[in-house]
Amino acid sequence: MTSIGTGYDLSASTYSPDGRIFQVEYANKAVENSGTAIGLRVKDGIVLAVEKLVHSKLLVPEANRRIQTVDRHIGLATAGLLADGRQLANRARDESLNYRDSFRQPVPLKYLADRLGLYTQVYTLYSSVRPFGISTIVGGIDESGSSLYVIEPSGVFFGYHGAAVGKGRQLAKTEMEKLKLSELTTRQAVMEAARIIYLVHDDAKEKDFELEMSWIGDETNGLHLPVPKDLFDEAEKAAKAALETFE
Amino acid sequence: MDHFPTNWGRPRNDAFDAYGTYPLAQRPYNGPKDTFEAGVQRTQQPIVTGTSVLALKYKDGIMMAADNLASYGSLARFKDIQRLHPVGNNTVIGAGGDMSDFQYIQSLLDSLMIEEFTAQDGHSLGPAELHEYLAQVMYGRRSKINPLWNSLIVGGFKDGKRFLSYVDLLGTTYSASTLATGYGAYIAQPLLRKAVEGYEDVLTEEQAEKIMTECLKVLFYRDARSLNKYQIATITTKGVNLSESRSLDTTWSFAEGIRGYGAQTQ
Repeated sequence: MTSIGTGYDLSASTYSPDGRIFQVEYANKAVENSGTAIGLRVKDGIVLAVEKLVHSKLLVPEANRRIQTVDRHIGLATAGLLADGRQLANRARDESLNYRDSFRQPVPLKYLADRLGLYTQVYTLYSSVRPFGISTIVGGIDESGSSLYVIEPSGVFFGYHGAAVGKGRQLAKTEMEKLKLSELTTRQAVMEAARIIYLVHDDAKEKDFELEMSWIGDETNGLHLPVPKDLFDEAEKAAKAALETFE
Repeated sequence: MDHFPTNWGRPRNDAFDAYGTYPLAQRPYNGPKDTFEAGVQRTQQPIVTGTSVLALKYKDGIMMAADNLASYGSLARFKDIQRLHPVGNNTVIGAGGDMSDFQYIQSLLDSLMIEEFTAQDGHSLGPAELHEYLAQVMYGRRSKINPLWNSLIVGGFKDGKRFLSYVDLLGTTYSASTLATGYGAYIAQPLLRKAVEGYEDVLTEEQAEKIMTECLKVLFYRDARSLNKYQIATITTKGVNLSESRSLDTTWSFAEGIRGYGAQTQ
């Protein structure tokens, strides 16, 4: 990091001479330090899964959730600063409500991702604020079918069939590329998602983590819901078993 | 700057006639103007209206009924309007009064339910909470002298308990084992009380439905703003069930014998 100490990294409103904005790049570092979050867009819906690193045994299980619900049909998973994720989810709920109030229709995913992208980008313009330290996976079902977007700290967003952010994203992406996402059912995708999260978890560095999973699809009537207990347990068990044969 | 020469050199305060010019000449008003002064209007009467909603407690839960008519004054304007509206899995709201205000209430409740859903905290709003919310909204609006012109019945079944309560445009609330709004409060309520009070825990769904259709029939004969097309909703352990539109069997042959009204000359 030769750029440190040059003074170009003190503000999000200052470019470096070679045209970079270091504060945004540092925000990406914050994302890279976080537990992995993945999203799968499959035949009949979306599955979100998060590797939530538990830093203390004293924490209540299932507290500080990193998968949040934006609207009936939209879920959002973040990697990075937890509090920034909450802020963005609140903003997403506002956007969704505004859209509903204006048009009496559920918000389309593309519109929501666009609005969240704009919102995130504004935090890369001023010296008085810092960029969001999160990458966000937004998934849901609207009238055009299911869609999955990732919004980065810079404000750019892309649509994906399979998305991964956080620490283990590289390995997660490699694993997802092996899957035939368009042929999987959400039920199968839950199994795969659990497996991938368990696979990318680095036991040597971080001891404890909690698996968080949610889905949206025909099985949930288009609602964003946590994966039901029995399926969750089954997926977790299979994931642990797969891990042993993998190594 | 005051551009009217007639105002020049005169006192700013018209109440004090410094030059003894009484009576004061009419002079233009140059103060700030609210162009939309006349535009601030409030719902001071309902426009497109629904009539009675009936509700009763029975063995398995709550039964509600309302016809499918929305009137425009005395004109039967819309004949396929739903006046029973399910909210969540345990509640039905029935509305009489202004139908546009009712549609607004529906969207309010939709937003509220989404807000609760997104919390994902394992709680959901039941009939008691929704009734309280509506009571606060209705009273708040009447206090702004801008009421939502409805009388609403909230019926529900949650955690093994029946819930039936009323709220109207003034924010007045009350509960009873039978409720009726509008014309039904005069005509159907006594019939409902006689048939239901004391039998809330023994009435079967069939019996309750029979009472309902009888009351709707009487209302259709007596209430000129009613329709013989109606829906029945039940809220039980199984959740909400809203029926398709049905028709009432009525006979009008007796009308031939009536003298003294209408077009007959003799």
